[in-house]
Amino acid sequence: MSAHDHHLDGHLPHEPEKATLEGRNKILGFWLFLGAETVLFGTLFAAFIALRHQTLDGPTADHLFELPMVFAATMILLVSSLASVFAVQALHQHKVKAMIVWLIITILLGLSFLGLEIYEFNTYVSEGHKLTTSAFSSSFYTLVGFHGAHVAFGVLWIGLLIAQIFKKGLTVVTAPKIYVSAIYWHFIDVVWVFIFTVVYLMGKVG
Amino acid sequence: MDWLTTVDHKKIGILYLIAGGLFFLVGGLEAILIRIQLIKPMNDFVGADTFNQLITMHGTTMIFLAAMPMLFALMNAVIPLQIGARDVAFPFLNSLGFWTFFAGGVLLNISWFAGDIPDAGWTSYVPLAGPMYAGGHGVDFYLMGLQIAGIGTLIGGINFMATIINMRAPGMSFMRMPMFTWTIFITSALIVFAFPVLTVGLVALTFDRLFQANFFETGNGGNTVLWEHIFWVFGHPEVYILILPAFGVISEVISTFSRKRLFGYSSMVFATVLIAFLGFMVWAHHMFTTGLGPVANGLFSIATMLIAVPTGVKIFNWLFTLWGGSISFTSASLFAIGFIPTFVMGGVTGVMLAVAPADFQYHDTYFVVAHFHYVIVGGLIFGIFSGLHYWWPKMFGRVLNEKLGKATFWTFFIGFHLTFFIQHFLGLIGMPRRVWTYLPGQDFDTMNAVSTVGAFLMGIGTIIFVINVIVSAANKSPVADDPWEDGRSLEWSIPSPPPEYNFKQTPLVRSYDAWWNEKQKGNAEMPPAEPVGPIHMPSPSILPLIMSIGLFVAALGFMYDHLVVAIAGLVVTFGSMFCRSVFDDHGFHIEPEEQEKGVHA
Repeated sequence: MSAHDHHLDGHLPHEPEKATLEGRNKILGFWLFLGAETVLFGTLFAAFIALRHQTLDGPTADHLFELPMVFAATMILLVSSLASVFAVQALHQHKVKAMIVWLIITILLGLSFLGLEIYEFNTYVSEGHKLTTSAFSSSFYTLVGFHGAHVAFGVLWIGLLIAQIFKKGLTVVTAPKIYVSAIYWHFIDVVWVFIFTVVYLMGKVG
Repeated sequence: MDWLTTVDHKKIGILYLIAGGLFFLVGGLEAILIRIQLIKPMNDFVGADTFNQLITMHGTTMIFLAAMPMLFALMNAVIPLQIGARDVAFPFLNSLGFWTFFAGGVLLNISWFAGDIPDAGWTSYVPLAGPMYAGGHGVDFYLMGLQIAGIGTLIGGINFMATIINMRAPGMSFMRMPMFTWTIFITSALIVFAFPVLTVGLVALTFDRLFQANFFETGNGGNTVLWEHIFWVFGHPEVYILILPAFGVISEVISTFSRKRLFGYSSMVFATVLIAFLGFMVWAHHMFTTGLGPVANGLFSIATMLIAVPTGVKIFNWLFTLWGGSISFTSASLFAIGFIPTFVMGGVTGVMLAVAPADFQYHDTYFVVAHFHYVIVGGLIFGIFSGLHYWWPKMFGRVLNEKLGKATFWTFFIGFHLTFFIQHFLGLIGMPRRVWTYLPGQDFDTMNAVSTVGAFLMGIGTIIFVINVIVSAANKSPVADDPWEDGRSLEWSIPSPPPEYNFKQTPLVRSYDAWWNEKQKGNAEMPPAEPVGPIHMPSPSILPLIMSIGLFVAALGFMYDHLVVAIAGLVVTFGSMFCRSVFDDHGFHIEPEEQEKGVHA
């Protein structure tokens, strides 16, 4: 059952991420962690919804948000999720090269999303919308910033995994890591869909 | 050194017990100081400021640094054994969870030496805890300490959920799991869904205090009631996180020492799940007087009272288990039997408080103090004492002295009721909580003096327990695998203390109360589910300790505005994560020949 019994014998099972108990534990544990993350973002959303009209003299959501740019960011992130789906498919077919290519595409799209977000935050600050401006601004930057930090962490993490694949190849040890990082990536994508709806769309229409 | 790097769940359990026990003594000392201050009217033993610091640290320490770690101690010591597992799902994370809890606890308590002590109550209500009324770094210690300790708790919750789902021995279906395992499973689920709420609350208040954000700054549009909602959405499940494991311990102990199958096992499981669910739905009963309005108050009032139903199911099941059993009154079973009436009283005052209009009367009086000490001390601490006396031989290979154990029980039990029973009446005649002194001639004097005497008795009971631990450590006589001779679950089928791999062969579970059943059939050991073979073990690691130290340093850096220190701390933590990820830990194997020699933990 142990990890290295499997990867020495040369042929990987179809779903190498679930081949060992360690791998299955890792996947289950990660789903539970995402349960906790859901509550974390749920609470941040609740705080934002409670405070989103408390703009005082600062800029309002309607005044700040530029939907075309946020829409572009949304599309970029959705496509990156698709790329990570292809990466996991390649993993199941043991096509290591294709997997690495799709992973690189995933993090490149993640990086462009982050670039847009930094540009966006920068614009807002120049318009007088700082963390300290109002309760609306504090909850906005905390919610959207937490998501951004998750994207940044994901980019670093997947980058590190690519390096590991180069070093160790696809084994029953590395496969679960790739698999859970893909789940993570979908998760931050889903959270973004909620942010797009609750923060940006509801901000525009009241 | 071995202890700093261990990933063995049994050793981590002992570490939790030592650390939690030390914090229990600290929190107890704070309680004694509080009671000395209140022994007579117009006392000036400690000043008003110190009193606020004492009650804040007493509550925070007891809940987060004493009660929860001691539960984690029992979880770690027992759960993998009860389900027939070689280990927990994530041994490395288990160690990390302990060290982050410990780092957070130390951070909170160095506030006493930094001279900036949290003083806004364990609930840390804003605006009292905001930058306006709590300058200095006191509340920052609270925020950072709990944030770091909370990481450890969340990790523990995920770990034990995954362990119980994925690592049960063959034949151990969900409805054959021992009751303690069931309650820990549900508790872990509560941890996973409640602690992130606290995380967000702490982050928001930290941003308010350190970066001038406005979550709770009413002047800039913030909302103070938001803190109350966030805190209690976490805080109310938290009391069930504390009490459900105690229910589990009581179920095991009562069934063992009555020599009977637990009465109504499946209704116990259902009651546990129902209590956990309702526990999440009733947070706003802590906020009846906040002005939520009659409809919200009414709904939360009724929902709260509903919890009495599954709890009553449990109480009656324990009574029916005792009924007609051949009960042996060991120290463990005394604590379990003493638990029942005590917890019922705490439950009854809970229903009284759940009546929203009546709550306006009791609110913020000593009646509330009496109520929650009845459920937390009379419930949880009795449960922990019971569990410790029960599992001590399994954890340490030594039995605790029965005479000293009974002395602990009687002094603690009498001291407890002396302290807190009378506080119901103090509350009903109008003594407010959180006041540091009171005027003479209000009928408060005698009752407060009695209450303080009771607190000293509890202190003596605790000291007797510590003496018992020392005495038992000196007593070298070895302990049988099943020292109570009535053990029912799998942990009693292996040596005390267990070898580091727990089970030489994974057992095959054939019924509920698996070990009891095999004994009834005349079998001397569990039937194995696999042939003897090499056992894979994880390697020890120092990284969890280093990661926790990194977080500790980073927290101090953020608090005192030294960005360089903060970043250095984070670099240490993330660097360790990097190392963990890049260098694979293949662990090692224990071969069958070595198993014969009996490698002990």
